[in-house]
Amino acid sequence: MVSLFLMLILFATAPLYVSAYHIISLTSVFMYIVLTVSWAVFSGPTQYISLATAAFFGLGIYVTAILGKILFLPIVIALGGLISFSLALLVGLSSLRLRGMYFTIFTFGLSELIRHFVLWWEVNETGTVGRWVVGVDPKVVYYVMLTIVMATLATAYLIKRSKLGLALRGIGESEEAADHIGINVNAVKIIAFAISTFFMGAAGAIMATRWTYIDPSIAFNPLYSFMPVLMAIFGGMGQIYGQILGAAILTLLADLLLTKFPYYYMLLYGIILVGVILFLPKGIVGLEEKIKNWRTAERTREYADS
Amino acid sequence: MPILEGEGVRKYFGGLAAVDHVDFSINRGEIVGLIGPNGAGKTTLFNLISGSLVPTSGMIRFKDKTITGLKPHQICKRGIARTFQLVKLFGEMTALENSMLGFLFGTRTGAEESKVKEASLELLDFVGLSSMAKVLGRELTVANQKRLEVARALATKPELLLLDEVMAGLTPAEVAQATELIRKIRDKGITIFMIEHVMKAMMDISDRIIVLHYGEKIAEGTPKEIAANTKVIEVYLGT
Repeated sequence: MVSLFLMLILFATAPLYVSAYHIISLTSVFMYIVLTVSWAVFSGPTQYISLATAAFFGLGIYVTAILGKILFLPIVIALGGLISFSLALLVGLSSLRLRGMYFTIFTFGLSELIRHFVLWWEVNETGTVGRWVVGVDPKVVYYVMLTIVMATLATAYLIKRSKLGLALRGIGESEEAADHIGINVNAVKIIAFAISTFFMGAAGAIMATRWTYIDPSIAFNPLYSFMPVLMAIFGGMGQIYGQILGAAILTLLADLLLTKFPYYYMLLYGIILVGVILFLPKGIVGLEEKIKNWRTAERTREYADS
Repeated sequence: MPILEGEGVRKYFGGLAAVDHVDFSINRGEIVGLIGPNGAGKTTLFNLISGSLVPTSGMIRFKDKTITGLKPHQICKRGIARTFQLVKLFGEMTALENSMLGFLFGTRTGAEESKVKEASLELLDFVGLSSMAKVLGRELTVANQKRLEVARALATKPELLLLDEVMAGLTPAEVAQATELIRKIRDKGITIFMIEHVMKAMMDISDRIIVLHYGEKIAEGTPKEIAANTKVIEVYLGT
């Protein structure tokens, strides 16, 4: 608890002594933490792997692109979240009956559908492909993102410890059994899915101000759907701190590789990902467990020897 | 007084009638057995009662109200709980959490969260799992997994409990414990409808037995009557 508080103070005061470049880089880390942790709120316990993160993130971006000039920033961000939330409710009603691979492909298709729809709309109705977004001071973006991170983490933590969290785990383990002990499985899935997308939309709404120019292929880039899945697996899906570690390490790693090895960046990134998934199926969090097991084994051996 | 009644219950899978025009009635406080050769439609009938499947035609009434067409979670809240032929536990959760989930979601009013843990521990003790509260579902032995599934079902505070082969795969000693447990559950005032292949236990424990064959009800009566029924003997032993 104390260390959490200290970290919060550290991050809250960071803009005072950290370079502008690092503030921007930290903002990216925060953004991926929001996407990964909120993705895992629903997909972690239920094992319904969603690839629709880009759809909700992109929607948030477009809310800012369209309303950013007329409305006050906090309202725009809240709207970004709420519109994502409402769309998720609608999508949930129609798609959460699908299971496994079918659900995953549906969510991926949904993202692409929205991207193409927005593109079609912009070309035919607006007359331009892209939009200019009013820029905001990077420090403001940083603080807003820090606030969204805290809200996301608090929500993920509370859901995990709540009745809803227990129900989600039950659904992931046996949907049929969950249904038979009185859990309204469709309602639980839809509400958790919608809550998780609120934060994706809010994150998109603030990130839009950093890019100044956006178009559908930037806003709905499928990478925003794939990265949270990779980051959660990389860090360890079962624990919130694993998800945070995964998001932070992979974002910083991508940054580092991109600047140090611009030509081999993707190759190195790929090798590291494959390595971790091969040797640490439970992610970074699993490493801790491995060390613990190894130590116990060591101690048992010493005991046996003596 | 019947607690559960079925009228002309029928379920087709494609052109095949898995359950064909079955009438049944279970009285409050009874232990009723459901037997029949493999593929007779026993589990299908349970699935129709619990809401996993919707009947092609016919009507099922629980406490004088129709429940056909309701979802499993709604039927559970009305007071019917079940176990599964192939155990369906929450394997990555502890025995305690498995039972807590039943308490938290199984009743209409919902349980008070502060009392759920205590009630769950009591229930685990009742089924003989008090020392296993912190063990993960998947780490339990088959016999204990079956007990835990019964506990989870009981946590939803049912008036009628459907048991689908809780004794299958158990040793004779475990069968005796299971029989004892089922009697204890009935003594709590819970009506029991159970599918079982362990014939001796079934004969000992049931007040009445219903026999299904190719989806049709071919006999019904006390264990003695069923044991003497020529049709039943024919089905089980062949002519």
